[in-house]
Amino acid sequence: MELGSYIGLSGLLFLIGSVGFLTRRNVLVQLMSIELMLNSVNLALVSFNRWMPWNQAGQVFAFFVIAVAAAEAAVGLAIVISLYRLKKTVQSDQVDLLRH
Amino acid sequence: MNHSQTNFLFDALKTLLNSGGSVLFLICGTIALVSAIGTIAAKSPLRAAMSLLLHIVSLAGLYISLHAHLLGALQLIVYAGAVVVLFVFVIMLIGPTSDLHGTFRGLMVRICGAVLMILIGGTIAGQLMHVKGEHIYTALEPTGVVPSLSDRQMPAKEGETPSKVQIARIAGCAPGQGPECGQYGGVGALGSAIYKDDLVPFEIVSVLLLVAIIGAIAVARGRSAEEAAARKASRLAAEAADREQLAREKELSAQVAASGGH
Repeated sequence: MELGSYIGLSGLLFLIGSVGFLTRRNVLVQLMSIELMLNSVNLALVSFNRWMPWNQAGQVFAFFVIAVAAAEAAVGLAIVISLYRLKKTVQSDQVDLLRH
Repeated sequence: MNHSQTNFLFDALKTLLNSGGSVLFLICGTIALVSAIGTIAAKSPLRAAMSLLLHIVSLAGLYISLHAHLLGALQLIVYAGAVVVLFVFVIMLIGPTSDLHGTFRGLMVRICGAVLMILIGGTIAGQLMHVKGEHIYTALEPTGVVPSLSDRQMPAKEGETPSKVQIARIAGCAPGQGPECGQYGGVGALGSAIYKDDLVPFEIVSVLLLVAIIGAIAVARGRSAEEAAARKASRLAAEAADREQLAREKELSAQVAASGGH
């Protein structure tokens, strides 16, 4: 397939991820939408590297993105657990302790 | 299975393998799109997690269609095998609450939202579809021998055929190494890139992972019952001591005032 198809698919997946992040109020689904966005960026990186294969920079970048996304998912889920312990909810619109 | 069924399977497999990645892209791309929509639209977070798992597996298929084999394997190991499992653990810890009383929106709002999403998505994808890559450097032969760069003039000067050293450097490994090293996206090429060219970011990322582990444990640890009781007791004792101190100071100042008065 063409490079354009891969990049178009990556853009669509990013759009779906961002709509999910902005629309849903469940914090866990928001975190999953973040993973969707990161995966779409990985797809774009690897497909650009495929069409410019004289070094492996895209794949190396995608490797680091996978590692950082895993770390961020772990810390984000730890925060979700503390939040649930405190407020007994995972809806993001009920987390308004800082609102005056 | 009888003969015609196995023939059909072999034909399907041959189409998949000889199509230059198109069939794999179509299948995995469709599954990726559908499961992404399923992730954001699912009512319960457990269904969203399962849909995310399917999305990640389809992305691994897309990486394999792009000849990035090591990255596809890593995607399965790290994302599908660790991150999604972590999500499922946390969902099970929290309990299977569903989003029933969460976002209730009327039918008109939903229809307008869907239409807007299709419009914007269509515009974005329609423009991005016309990104043109030059002729893809595809002919990776099974023996791992990197073919000549006849239809793509890369770092060699015009009119010159690239030397073996150049080809090997392009493919990402030292000249004279074994046949599995010449493959783009294989373990040798990507491993050389990570461990030779990008070693410092790799080490920094491992420190980052260590810090993330410590941070996650520190944040999610919580306090046991006796630890919480001990903290409360010490806080009450501190408040009592403060109050006592305040009373003593008041008494002292009252004594000073009384003695200084006369």
